Amino acid sequence: MTIIRTENLVFEYRKDDESPPVKAIGGVNIDIEAGSFTAIIGRNGSGKSTLAKNINALLLPTGGAVYVDGFRTSDEGALWEVRRRAGMVFQNPDNQIVSAIVEDDVAFGPENLGIAPDEIRRRVTDALRAVDMYEARAKSPHMLSGGQKQRVAIAGVVAMRPKCIVFDEPTAMLDPRGRREVMDILLSLHRDGITVVLITHFMEEAVKADRVVIMDAGEIVMDGPPPAVFARSDELRALQLDVPLTVELCDRLRRRGHDVPEGIVAVEEMVACLCR
Amino acid sequence: MSISVENIVYIYGEGTPYETVALNGVSLEIADGEFVGLIGHTGSGKSTLVQHLNGLLKPKSGRVFVGGAEIGAKGAKPVEIRKKIGFLFQYPEYQLFEETVYKDIAFGPTNLGLSKEETDERVRESMAVVGLDFDAFAQRSPFDLSGGQKRKAVIAGVIAMRPEVLILDEPTAGLDPRSQRDVLEMLERIKADRRVIVILISHNMGDVARVADRVVVLEKGRVALSGSPAEVFAHEEFLDSIGLGLPPVTELMRRLRLGGVDVEGSPLDVDEAEELLDRYLREAAAR
Repeated sequence: MTIIRTENLVFEYRKDDESPPVKAIGGVNIDIEAGSFTAIIGRNGSGKSTLAKNINALLLPTGGAVYVDGFRTSDEGALWEVRRRAGMVFQNPDNQIVSAIVEDDVAFGPENLGIAPDEIRRRVTDALRAVDMYEARAKSPHMLSGGQKQRVAIAGVVAMRPKCIVFDEPTAMLDPRGRREVMDILLSLHRDGITVVLITHFMEEAVKADRVVIMDAGEIVMDGPPPAVFARSDELRALQLDVPLTVELCDRLRRRGHDVPEGIVAVEEMVACLCR
Repeated sequence: MSISVENIVYIYGEGTPYETVALNGVSLEIADGEFVGLIGHTGSGKSTLVQHLNGLLKPKSGRVFVGGAEIGAKGAKPVEIRKKIGFLFQYPEYQLFEETVYKDIAFGPTNLGLSKEETDERVRESMAVVGLDFDAFAQRSPFDLSGGQKRKAVIAGVIAMRPEVLILDEPTAGLDPRSQRDVLEMLERIKADRRVIVILISHNMGDVARVADRVVVLEKGRVALSGSPAEVFAHEEFLDSIGLGLPPVTELMRRLRLGGVDVEGSPLDVDEAEELLDRYLREAAAR
């Protein structure tokens, strides 16, 4: 079942009234399956964040349409239906936290949905457990590490019980442990059935997805499972992107004449190949 | 020009319920022209430490010397010290504000009271250092640049002040792979010049391993490790335990080894890893 669909999505903006429109997205068609994990990669300015913001109606298409769980984002009256289904997590946790106490912060979203207090309490508890921050529920967010703050921000989204969460470079500002923590939470939400869309510059994160979408100049240029996409390493480099280290090293060993099959992405696969 | 930090202690919110010892006896010597990578998890004291170098913070105890002058001593002029220290904060592109790249870079030198000619010379020189072509970029609006170009423009503005110490806080965070490589190559050029001390704060272990002469690890307000990248990243379990980790290629080789690939060595870059794996496969084929 498709949960997110874009139909010939175009997004243009103007820097000011006089300048000509700039096309950030030029006709994107994509269907995202419910319960899937999709990674979107592209250089700065490729349109990937603009696409993400069109998914939860932070931006509305200037051409074409975006549907979330059947609701068209540009329909008046659909806004809250869209937002309660598609949550969003941003790069900087400090900009996403609104309260002085962790559990108040997580309750903020459900409160705005007009949910009954008992139900809010239940959701906040569940959400904090899901991100492993229940013990810190009475703390002040500014006392937490970057990774912990980001987990609280994720809990705030989880408490809205969305079907889909779009993560826009959620680990870019975190230290290595914070990065691991956030990726672990993201994977466990995916296992629980939430549709995950992850925008990232880290290829090692994209490798964990079911599907990798490469964007360039506002268009989708590659789309497929990680082994298929990362096997096209020369094209990726031409787009000024990186490939995962495993792919890079296997490429280099192949060039040196070793018999290493294409399509190795996971470390376990590389181990299996080298141990033959 | 060298830096000497002697046993400094700094406490945030002393006497309040939030009292936190941020630096708990840090000593550090940095030699002229040295390129230091400063690593540690969020809250380990990295930012607090570097803010002592230009007198933004004063230690509760201990002393800080920059180029022989003690910071915060009687008669010391904070302005003179701040001129020597170029600071690049996180996400510095938010500090761009002028209409053109030229004006943005010229802002500092102009405020120093330099003549038009001298300012012009400095703008050209610093654009060359960061690798922004003068003819292509000087008259463009800084807001039209890509993420990596914006970072370079801000760094050029700092370099135009001719600092003797350059402190960079996460200069590649949030950039795409191509821009990250650009900024790293710029850092390597600055390093090759050996004209300034560079202190690079980063969560990217790969970047640090690639450019730093020396890696300093802060943990709980103390220097936990200090040495060459090879020496420091040999402490994989310790680094893991304090929430850091290894450069990606070092980590990959470790995981190959744990998976049963019998390959020696802890390479810090991909070329070295390629050599090791090539040799491993040749020997395996010969057996």
